[in-house]
Amino acid sequence: MAIASTDFNYVADLVRREAAIVLEPGKEYLVEARLLPLAREVGHTDIGQYIRHAQQPANRDQRWAIVEALTTNETSWFRDAAVFEGFRKELLPRLLETRPAHQPLRIWSAAASTGQEAYSLAMLLTEELGISRKFEIVGTDISRAVLAQARAGRYTQMEMNRGLPARHLVRYFARTGTAWQVDPQLQRCVSFRELNLAAPFSGLPRFDVVFLRNVLIYFDLSTKQTILRRVRQTMASDGWLVLGTAETTRGIDEEFEHTRLGGLTAYRASAEAPLELTRRA
Amino acid sequence: MTVQAIVIDDSSAMRMILRRIVTKLGFEVDEAVDGRDALDKLNAAEQVPDVALIDWNMPEMNGLEFIQAVRSDPRYSRLTLLMVTTESEQSQIVRALAAGAHEYLIKPFTPDAVAEKLEILGLTAGV
Repeated sequence: MAIASTDFNYVADLVRREAAIVLEPGKEYLVEARLLPLAREVGHTDIGQYIRHAQQPANRDQRWAIVEALTTNETSWFRDAAVFEGFRKELLPRLLETRPAHQPLRIWSAAASTGQEAYSLAMLLTEELGISRKFEIVGTDISRAVLAQARAGRYTQMEMNRGLPARHLVRYFARTGTAWQVDPQLQRCVSFRELNLAAPFSGLPRFDVVFLRNVLIYFDLSTKQTILRRVRQTMASDGWLVLGTAETTRGIDEEFEHTRLGGLTAYRASAEAPLELTRRA
Repeated sequence: MTVQAIVIDDSSAMRMILRRIVTKLGFEVDEAVDGRDALDKLNAAEQVPDVALIDWNMPEMNGLEFIQAVRSDPRYSRLTLLMVTTESEQSQIVRALAAGAHEYLIKPFTPDAVAEKLEILGLTAGV
């Protein structure tokens, strides 16, 4: 059954208010597909009835479930191979040249979802650095449900099939029943925490690289500008930002400069930006 | 130049599924019903395909035996080998890789999973 426009508008307002994510008219199919499983879980077969149920003051958990369902996106291991190749061959050597060997590399996977990007980076860094260099990866997401899976490091066979090279599967995972478990040593290099990109960030360290891929597209221009400004403030002065292949800072935040590194476009704060940022912060 | 693939599976339904997925990716596709049939087709072919998608369990020469046969024949040194199978134990994946498989995909799979494995192998249409 098609969703009524009043119900769609309620959901769009809720998601915009809580996560600053814009659901344009035309996304009704997405709302139906994502909310139907939630409706069934609480005994509704009709999306409209479920949305009215979620609107009741006592059902805050259902409203949050709606936000989570509409902010969770498909992910895969080593998504966009050219980005990881560019990171491995071009960006990582530059980082290693400019940082003292005792200083751990800090990387932020800023829309971590179920953790595939964060663990992919951990596998890549383990292969490239061995035990010679420490690194820390922080994964953040707005959704508690996806973060629970990311922390558990446990994936179904279907999830494992999505882009994970077989030699990595053999080296970094163990079969447990019908699922696969990330190697505990790899897990120790990765932590996950809840963070809403549309709200002020707190408690984050300075990062050498920020992966913020395929997430800005969901926000309006002013929210994108706010997020990019806050992201710059979390980056080391010579740190790098990596966006999705179809995303750019151009026309949004001109204090970033872009550099082409193999198959990767990376952004860094222009030389003038840090002082101005200090004053703003 | 078009990428050429051969799908080796004793299930006609699975051959059809893989043919559709790989054709959609822009590859030219041939089929074989088991390892023996595939070896015969390779021997008769003017041009060796770029990639073989290989089931493990087949009645006449299984996937592992096919990989071993291909790896021992220098005429097929450029053939990329992707195992596509229900065999999902870690030890079997290790065995297949040790025998010479380049990648391994466990059934069931989505079309995206096939495309991503082919991307890992550096195989995209028109390359």
